[in-house]
Amino acid sequence: MQSLGLDVLFKGKNFVRLLGGLWVAVRISLISVAISIALGLIMGMLMAGKNRVLKAMFRVYLEIVRIMPQMVLLFVVYFGTTRVFGWNLSPEASAIIVFSFWGVAEMGDLVRGALVSIPRIQYESAEALGLTTAQVYLYVILPQTFRRLVPLSINLITRMIKTTSLVMMIGIVEVLKVAQQIIEANRRTSPNAAFGVFATVFLLYFLICWPISRLAGYLEKRWA
Amino acid sequence: MKTAILRRVLSAVVIFTLALSLSVIAYADDGDFRTLDEIKDSGVINIGVFSDKSPFGYVDENGDYQGYDVYFAERIGQDLGVDINYVSTEAANRIEYLQTGKVDIILANFTVTEERAEEVDFALPYMNVALGVVSPEDAVIESLDDIGEDDQVIVISGTTAETYLVKNYPDIKLQKYDAYAEAKTALENGNGAAWANDNTEVIAFAIENPGFTVGIPSLGSADTIAPAVTKGNDTLLDWLNEEIEALGEEEFFHADYEATLLDTYGADYEDTLVVEGGVAAGTDAAAAND
Repeated sequence: MQSLGLDVLFKGKNFVRLLGGLWVAVRISLISVAISIALGLIMGMLMAGKNRVLKAMFRVYLEIVRIMPQMVLLFVVYFGTTRVFGWNLSPEASAIIVFSFWGVAEMGDLVRGALVSIPRIQYESAEALGLTTAQVYLYVILPQTFRRLVPLSINLITRMIKTTSLVMMIGIVEVLKVAQQIIEANRRTSPNAAFGVFATVFLLYFLICWPISRLAGYLEKRWA
Repeated sequence: MKTAILRRVLSAVVIFTLALSLSVIAYADDGDFRTLDEIKDSGVINIGVFSDKSPFGYVDENGDYQGYDVYFAERIGQDLGVDINYVSTEAANRIEYLQTGKVDIILANFTVTEERAEEVDFALPYMNVALGVVSPEDAVIESLDDIGEDDQVIVISGTTAETYLVKNYPDIKLQKYDAYAEAKTALENGNGAAWANDNTEVIAFAIENPGFTVGIPSLGSADTIAPAVTKGNDTLLDWLNEEIEALGEEEFFHADYEATLLDTYGADYEDTLVVEGGVAAGTDAAAAND
């Protein structure tokens, strides 16, 4: 095992530190994902609506999210708000704001796409049956939308989990940063540690993302 | 109506976003920092250090910060009588941390340059950095004039070593590599007569690889490493300068070197690397080399 550098993982508290880092990454992404799904659904419905002003504003919002790299957003929210408004957001709060800001926009666009893809005739048939607007959405449109949304949003969620590695730029020590710390601290004694440690990080990310992927498969089948 | 509230909330979000994007451009610099007394009253000092740059600032297997920079940080906390909150910084965000007052001091292997001195205030230096040249023991290069017409010098693209050699020794043929590992292999295989890089790197290489010697330990413009504080934070800066001068009397940074850097760089380079009492002697060495 020496050659793979796995031994460094079991030195001192290293493995516990790695898991602690993983929890930081998972916590940030889960909170952001929850916010993104809740607000994204509302935003998507409004985007699919008829209000032109609102649609134009969402368009601008979405474009900003697409154009700005997440790293820039992190710097803007964490350092920028202190410079301009004198706010002192904690690094984790800043990270959650940035990831939600990103997630809501993309989720909103996915919801919009899914809603728009439901054929006109579905709305019309539902209305012809005498359902109110709320009922049309609740019983006819949303169930179909959710099914189309699942694979797309899983894509977004796993992407968000993996992108949490950027939060090290605002001083949050998450799993990848802990991995780098472990590798560097043992650079002289175990020069090959990088392989083993990064392989472990890969496995940890996999263990988090895989169940989500499975859940998506299950939901897709159930709702089909 | 529910949508009216929603609409208001969402437009607020959009406006907030635009305001934020503009703020990056507008860049209001109010430089909020904590004075020495404010730090003492709060009982905690925020010090930005590297957490993955062994042996200068790193985290050991118990999760504790260690290294040459951290050894000094510990002393600062002790002499101020406050606890230390270490903030893990990256090379790219060190200035930002100071300008927003999110840390009080940066002690992250911060090389003093003119450009940076416009953004932050540097205290007195506590370490030297320069270029170094390592070569095989049986054909040691002790001066760049020793390099023959057919010899090539290994450099890593984009490093200060490359810039320096291209500018000052245009006749020397360079063999460029992209990564540290490639340059290392090239030297080991004898592809070049010598390898020029940051002196800390080549010294560590020579110690880890028997058969190689650092013939030129200090070359080029001798830069220094110093603590930095937010621009205008004079009370903290003055205290730091006095502290560094006072520590010189007890040879504090030599003790720091022996505790943290000795394993990596060996005893021979102690005086080349350490700056004691804030007086950088490296400038003379560089002048002699020019």
